[in-house]
Amino acid sequence: MGGSALINCHRFYALCRAAKRVSVRELALHLLDIAENSVAAKAQNITISVNEDSSADKLEMCVIDDGIGMDEATVVRVVDPFYTSRTTRKVGLGLPFLKQAAEACNGSLQIQSTLRKGTQVKVTFQRSNIDRMPLGDLAGTFLSLLIANPDINWDFNYAVDGREFKFESLPVTQALEGISLTEPSVLTYLRELIESGVAETVFA
Amino acid sequence: MPNVKSLDDLKRLRDEALEKRKVKSASGQAQVIVAMGTCGIAAGARDAMKAILDTIESESLTGISVTQTGCIGLCEREPIVQVVIGDQPKVTYGKVTPEIARRIMNEHVVKGNIVADHVIPV
Repeated sequence: MGGSALINCHRFYALCRAAKRVSVRELALHLLDIAENSVAAKAQNITISVNEDSSADKLEMCVIDDGIGMDEATVVRVVDPFYTSRTTRKVGLGLPFLKQAAEACNGSLQIQSTLRKGTQVKVTFQRSNIDRMPLGDLAGTFLSLLIANPDINWDFNYAVDGREFKFESLPVTQALEGISLTEPSVLTYLRELIESGVAETVFA
Repeated sequence: MPNVKSLDDLKRLRDEALEKRKVKSASGQAQVIVAMGTCGIAAGARDAMKAILDTIESESLTGISVTQTGCIGLCEREPIVQVVIGDQPKVTYGKVTPEIARRIMNEHVVKGNIVADHVIPV
């Protein structure tokens, strides 16, 4: 193994140890991270789908965007921790850690992308696997993305064994006609709608 | 998909908001920026954001813009929250827990008093 590759290995393990101190313990936070990639890719429309199927023993999360996309070579490299589009650091850990988390419980991470058309990230987990981290605060993730990026059209979908919750931000922003989403009464409306929608999907 | 009744509720909220007199913060338009890079998310940025939105709701603070930014290269200090009030220079806070986020909203954004303990030089 060459000198610099060995140094990179040590750096990676050091990063892993550092990251464990502030590790991502919820799938909903991984989802937030992936959706932020779509925002960075200048997407206008982003669809997030989370599907839990107990009979197939699967938990699937999917983020589809119409952003700038990636060429084939980049799609292969994005799961390398030492490849990143950011200029502030030489590591991008989001996708590599998510891939690891999926493979640790019989799952997979699949990325499809077309330059100038968009990207689709699909991650699947074995739902009952003991190493599968909890879904966590999905409503919190949806709300953060929506409020911080009100110009993007968001489609949130959450389904558990056929019970479905769907939220589309476009009819909401159209009805508001320019009123900010951070108007307190609008925040209450959105928070209650999304929190109750997610909660009712979990518990029939 | 919100049903027709919910959209009507929204339109009512819109009309009420248009009529309401805007209560601006201490000295001008307030902008709160939360860093949402991978490092920020891992350190708890989403929960800081939720605390900021909770404060806006519970204290009925209108006219506050809440946006996000990517990694700014200070990963060890995440979660990072920046506040810009009117023409004043941007103030950057580090290691912002939900509790500190609430303090920033109530003391800095509402009253104009920077929370010096948690400011980080950028």
